[in-house]
Amino acid sequence: MSALINAGLTPSIGLSEEQAQLIDIAQNFCRDKSPIDQVRKLLDDDTGFDPAVWREIAELGWLGIGVPEEFGGIGLGLGELVPIVEQMGRHLMALPFVSTIVAAQAILHAGTSQQQQKYLPALASGTAASLALCEENADWDLENISCTASQTDQGLVLSGRKFLVTDAHQAELFIVSVRYDDKPALVIVPRAALAEGAMSREKIIDDTRRSYALDLNGVCVDADSLMEQAKAAETLAYIELASSLLLAAEMVGGAYNVIDYTLDYLKTRKQFGKLIGSYQSLKHTMVDAHMGYERARSHLYSAAYLFDQQGEGEVAVRMAKAEANEAFSFAADRAIQFHGGFGFTYDCDAQLYRRRAIWCSALHGDARYHRRKLADLML
Amino acid sequence: MTAVDQKQLQEFKQQAEAWFAENTPREVDFMLPLTFMEVGTDQQFEFLRAWQNKVYEAGYLGAHWPKEFGGGGLDRAFQDVATKAMAAERTPIMLNAIGLNWTGPLLLDRGSEEEKKKYIKGILSAEEIWCQGFSEPDHGSDLGNAQTRAVREGDEYVINGSKIWTTQGNYADYMILLARTNPQAESKYKGLSFFLSPMKGQGIETVPIRKLTGEYGFTQTFFDNARIPASCLMGQEGEGWLIAMQTLEYERGARSGQAGGHVMMSADPADILELARHAQINGKPAIEDPAIREELVALMTEARALGLNSRRDKIQPLAQDRPMSLALGSKLASTDFYQRLNAFAIAMQGTRAAYYVGDPQAHDNGVWQRGYLNSFSATIGGGTSQIQRNIIGEHVLGLPKG
Repeated sequence: MSALINAGLTPSIGLSEEQAQLIDIAQNFCRDKSPIDQVRKLLDDDTGFDPAVWREIAELGWLGIGVPEEFGGIGLGLGELVPIVEQMGRHLMALPFVSTIVAAQAILHAGTSQQQQKYLPALASGTAASLALCEENADWDLENISCTASQTDQGLVLSGRKFLVTDAHQAELFIVSVRYDDKPALVIVPRAALAEGAMSREKIIDDTRRSYALDLNGVCVDADSLMEQAKAAETLAYIELASSLLLAAEMVGGAYNVIDYTLDYLKTRKQFGKLIGSYQSLKHTMVDAHMGYERARSHLYSAAYLFDQQGEGEVAVRMAKAEANEAFSFAADRAIQFHGGFGFTYDCDAQLYRRRAIWCSALHGDARYHRRKLADLML
Repeated sequence: MTAVDQKQLQEFKQQAEAWFAENTPREVDFMLPLTFMEVGTDQQFEFLRAWQNKVYEAGYLGAHWPKEFGGGGLDRAFQDVATKAMAAERTPIMLNAIGLNWTGPLLLDRGSEEEKKKYIKGILSAEEIWCQGFSEPDHGSDLGNAQTRAVREGDEYVINGSKIWTTQGNYADYMILLARTNPQAESKYKGLSFFLSPMKGQGIETVPIRKLTGEYGFTQTFFDNARIPASCLMGQEGEGWLIAMQTLEYERGARSGQAGGHVMMSADPADILELARHAQINGKPAIEDPAIREELVALMTEARALGLNSRRDKIQPLAQDRPMSLALGSKLASTDFYQRLNAFAIAMQGTRAAYYVGDPQAHDNGVWQRGYLNSFSATIGGGTSQIQRNIIGEHVLGLPKG
């Protein structure tokens, strides 16, 4: 039976030695640095994360894993980062990690050599960055852009507004998508170029995170801030896939811990004289949530393994994002329900995971979006 | 074992591929069973018996079993490439599944010389068909409680009782039989013994069970003072449970040694894509319907996860959080998936969903309709999906028993 499945499709999965080591290291690190008390303490904090933890991550070299050696990194593929982000997701960490990684990869893809020299060593060693891609149109298509850039005597002048710019308050630079010569383009905007009050914090569903709207009107940057425009479309596509892979990792991690959290409750809470985990309506649903998690995790590590391969990588990443969206959403949704009255309170952690699942699905495509893309690729 | 001669293996592979390409029957004017549990007519049975025999005579079945007993005496790698070539051609299945996959390896691993000489060749050539007598009408999953009696009288055992879900029971020459020799044993398990019992003889009767598809494939088997030679006992009295458990390990694929070849075929995503291209719904090919496209992709994603799960299970750092999770989950995941795949395939056929095997209007001669009904054998047999969820919930997730 399985022989025939495999004959039709050739799914691949593997783990490098580096990844295997990172699973252990990241597991211990994230467990130590982000116990739930700390997560809850940070909910009301303006920054939303502990700068000391960020510095430790920089010292561990994790920000340089995907950056080539010539720019001070290690030069491995993006898939190597999946175990780290997965563990961060388990412990609801909210660092500018993914945004900084993806920004560096974007510069690696479409930055001029001057931009690469200037920014990559900093991004590999602890300077945070973010991406300003989303607009009012709510479109997942990153080429649907109405913000603009045009050359003037003063330099490159931008206009328009961007939304859902994560950790903008900590970012030293932004990768901003605009229309330039009526075609998509990417611009590197240093924090210093933003006017006072250009950033405004957004009220978002995931309370562990910080996100900002960015007013680009009046922003003027050096003429050489434009990244190579010929590579802009391809880089936007790359950004979508890289972000999707790492969001999938975060969600798979979240799904694991929200299942674990709920299992603990089902093993201790009694109703009608019995532990509620002994009731099949709850037990069987937890099994379904767990099986969904296992499917998503297999797809995640397959996507990490295939990420750098043309075509196959895209299929694997979109499958992973779709499966992770659904597995995490289902597990967290049932987690609230199975905690009963307590589940309806802010004190129950289930809501933290459920809100995060919605956030992660909202960015770079929900399951339906990715399946539609897959349909065009596969059917 | 000596190192495999790669050049020789390569030649064998090419020969096997060429042989199956040339000899696989293409135009069969009746429906061939997709699994060994669906052999319902004499025509199907005779066809598959002849096919297995032909494959064996060509050297592509049991190629790695010992030569002295009828095998090919080659390294296992040779049979593996032949099995692959067979699957790639999507040939008809191997008929004598219980013999090839369970009884054969069991005999080779722990049978006496005499037993191996007597049975192995007939298993491979399909001259002697085997069936299994473990489950009883009142003891489906609870094998240890089997009540069929075997009483020693001189050189014979006298068997009384009944077995159910006997695949190919009406065609079988032999049965691997689990029966109780000592009702007073200190545990129910120690009272059981294992027999290689003839099926043709006085006092043994099989009654076909008509499945939900209207077809046959299983029997109930009745023993009424049936006398079998004492030499049919395998091992010692009281070892029945031990030997039965070893047999189940071959059945579940936890132990190797099977003769090779496939005994089941199931639809794969390529087949359902083909259907989506030629089936019409709402006046258009199904594959143009956005909702169907999305569902197709979801099913293909799930199919891929089945393969990925089993590969991930072998990568220790990715399989250690919840030990046994992937192994215990695979039956539930795959059997539920095939059921939904078949149901979905029916749902994309518009009004033609209403047809069944034998009508010219039926898509793919009704294979999806029939496959859906037959898929319940896997979601019910071998522990229902509901029992599987209990097992996973309790053994993997650590939830309390109900």
